[in-house]
Amino acid sequence: MATTLTPILSEFWDEPESWTLRTYESHGGYQALRTALARKPEEIVDLVKASGLRGRGGAGFPAGLKWSFLPAPDGGPRYLVVNADESEPGTCKDIPLLMASPQTLLEGMVIACYAIRAERAFVYLRGEVVHVYRRLLRALEEARGAGYVGRNILGSGFDLEIVMHAGAGAYICGEETALLDSLEGRRGQPRLKPPFPAVAGLYSRPTVVNNVESIASVPSIVHNGPDWFQDMGTERSTGFGLFSLSGHVKRPGQYEAPLGITLRELLDMAGGLRDGNELKFWTPGGSSTPLFTAEHLDVPLDFESVAAAGSMLGTRALQIFDHTTCVVRAVLRWMEFYQHESCGKCTPCREGTYWMTQVLRSLEAGEGSPEDLDKLLDVCDNVLGRSFCPLGDGATSCVTSSLQYFRDEYLSHLTHGGCPFDPMESTLFAGASA
Amino acid sequence: MPFTDTVRERLSADAREIMARYPEPRSALLPMLHLMQSEEGFVSGDGIALCAELLGLSTAEVSAVATFYSQFKRRPNGDYTIGVCTNTLCAIMGGDAIFSALQKHLGLGDGETTPDGKITLERVECNAGCDYAPVVMANWEFFDNQTPQSAKALADGLRLGEDIAPTRGASKVCTFKEISRVLAGFSDGRADEGVGAGPATLRGTELARERGWTAPSAPATAPTTTGEQEG
Repeated sequence: MATTLTPILSEFWDEPESWTLRTYESHGGYQALRTALARKPEEIVDLVKASGLRGRGGAGFPAGLKWSFLPAPDGGPRYLVVNADESEPGTCKDIPLLMASPQTLLEGMVIACYAIRAERAFVYLRGEVVHVYRRLLRALEEARGAGYVGRNILGSGFDLEIVMHAGAGAYICGEETALLDSLEGRRGQPRLKPPFPAVAGLYSRPTVVNNVESIASVPSIVHNGPDWFQDMGTERSTGFGLFSLSGHVKRPGQYEAPLGITLRELLDMAGGLRDGNELKFWTPGGSSTPLFTAEHLDVPLDFESVAAAGSMLGTRALQIFDHTTCVVRAVLRWMEFYQHESCGKCTPCREGTYWMTQVLRSLEAGEGSPEDLDKLLDVCDNVLGRSFCPLGDGATSCVTSSLQYFRDEYLSHLTHGGCPFDPMESTLFAGASA
Repeated sequence: MPFTDTVRERLSADAREIMARYPEPRSALLPMLHLMQSEEGFVSGDGIALCAELLGLSTAEVSAVATFYSQFKRRPNGDYTIGVCTNTLCAIMGGDAIFSALQKHLGLGDGETTPDGKITLERVECNAGCDYAPVVMANWEFFDNQTPQSAKALADGLRLGEDIAPTRGASKVCTFKEISRVLAGFSDGRADEGVGAGPATLRGTELARERGWTAPSAPATAPTTTGEQEG
C-alpha cells in the first residue's frame, strides 16, 4: 500500500494565526501536559522510551534513552536545552515549525522537563531568523500567562522557567557540546566526549539536549500513547517526521509522513521534477549525508535502510538536483561552507576543509589534474573520524559520494577546460528573460 | 566614540536584565553583544569593554567571542544587511546570479556597505528556507523565491527608506539596530505580524487535506499505564 501523509505537527499550520496559544488550545494543545502531570516523571520517560522516538536532529539517538541517562537527582540543577540552531544545508523543518506553531515545542518542553526533573530550560535558536525569535518570545509570554510555564504549573507543584536564547551565526553550534559552550557565553567549540552532556552539560550539570522536532513530537506521543506512535514508521525507525523537499521539484515544501516513505512516493506528491528534467542526485538528510542518485528512489527513508544504502537519514532534508546541475560546483559550494564553518579547533577538519576547497576550486575551473581526485580522497581519509565533532566527517560525504557516482564529470571539467554546464539553466528563473 | 554616561547607564541596565535571565551571567554575553549592536550598529571597542566590565571578563575574552560569530560586525554595518544565500542549493537555484546582480547594482563586494550607510551586502550560509530557494535575507527576515530583479528592487526600496514587507516575517523590515535589540531578547511587539507559514511550508498539510489523509486516530483508550508496554 502506498504511504500517505500523516499531518500531526503540521496539522493546523494553515489556520489563521496558527502560532497563538488560542489556536493551539483549540487543537487539543496542552491536553498532553495535563495527562503527563497526572503521572510520575519516570512513567513519562518510560513512555517516550517505549515509543521508540529517535532524535530528529540528524543523529537518531533514542530520545527516551537519552533522558534516562541523567544521573539520579542530587538536589542541584538539571537542564533541558532545545537545539533550534537548524543550519545543516538543506534542512528547513524546525524553523517553519517554530514560525507556525511554537506552542507545540513549548508543551513538549514542559513535559520533557517534568519527566527529567529539570526546572530550567533553554531554547538555543540560531540568530539569523529574527521573526521566529519574536514568535518564541511571544509564545513563552502566552504560555506563562496561562500557567503552563512558571511556578506550580497547573497546580502540580512543578516549577519551570524557560529562556529563549538567540545565537549569533555559527553552524557549529548545532553540535550539542559546541551549543553548550556557546550558551555559556563562549566561542562555540565542541567538547571532548565523554563526559556526555547527560552527566556534565550546561555549567557542568546534567543536561539533555534535544532537537526541536524531537521535543515537539512528545505531546502527541503522551496524548496518543507509544503504540500509536509505533504503528507509524518501521520497526526500528518508528513514528513520523517532516520530510523537506527542496530544489528542482515542482512543489517543494514540508511533507509530514511516516519514516520509511520513499523519495519516489514523495516526488509523486510534490509533482515530480521540473518539466522534462531528470533526477541527477539528491541528499537524503542534508549536505553532510552522502549523495544518492536515481538508483536510490525506492530506498525506504528510515535510519536503517538509508544507512544500508550507504548514506544517512540525517534531518530528512531532501535536496533534489536535476541534470542541469554541475555536481562539482555543488560539492565545491558545500566544501566552502564547511571551511567557513569549521571552528578551527581540530587540525584535520580546519586544514582538510581548507585544502579540499582549493583543490575543488581548481578542478571546477578546469585546472588541476586527474590525480587531484585521488588527492581529495586522501584528504578525506585524513579528516574522517579524526576530530572532536562530526563537522569534518560531514564535509567528506559529498566528496567521496560524488566521486563514487560522478568521477567522469570531474574529469570532463579538465578536458573541457572549465565547467561544461550553463549555470542559468539550473536556476528557478531559467527561461525567463534575465 | 565612547558612550555618554546616559547611554552607558541605559545599556548597563539592559545588560543586567539580560544577565538576570541566566543562572550564570556569562551566558548573557551573546545577547549583550546583540545589544551593543543595537546601539552602535556594530560591536565597537567600547561595546566590548562594557561587556567585559559588566561580566568581569577581559576584553580579550569578549573579543574572542565577538569575532567567532558571523552576525557580530566589527565595522559599522549598513542600516540593512542584504544577505544572499549562496550555499549550494540556493546558489544553484539562482543565488549566484542574484548575488552578482546585486554586486553590480550596488557596486559592492562581499561584506561592503554603500557610502550612504544604507545597505551592507553579504553572502550568507543556508538559512533554513531551502524550500523557498533562492532565498535572500534582509536584516534576517525571509524574502523567498527571489530573482535578480526582485532582489534589486528590494535593495532600491530599502535604500529609499520604503517600508518593505518580507515574504514571511514582520509587516516591514526593521533596521539593523532594531532587530539587534530583538535578538538581545527585547520584544518589539511584532510577533503577531505576518503569516504563520508560506506556501511551501503548507504543501503537505494541504495535500493531505485534499486527499483525506490523516494521521492514525488515537486508540480508544488513551495510555493510562506504561506497564503494559513491552519493549
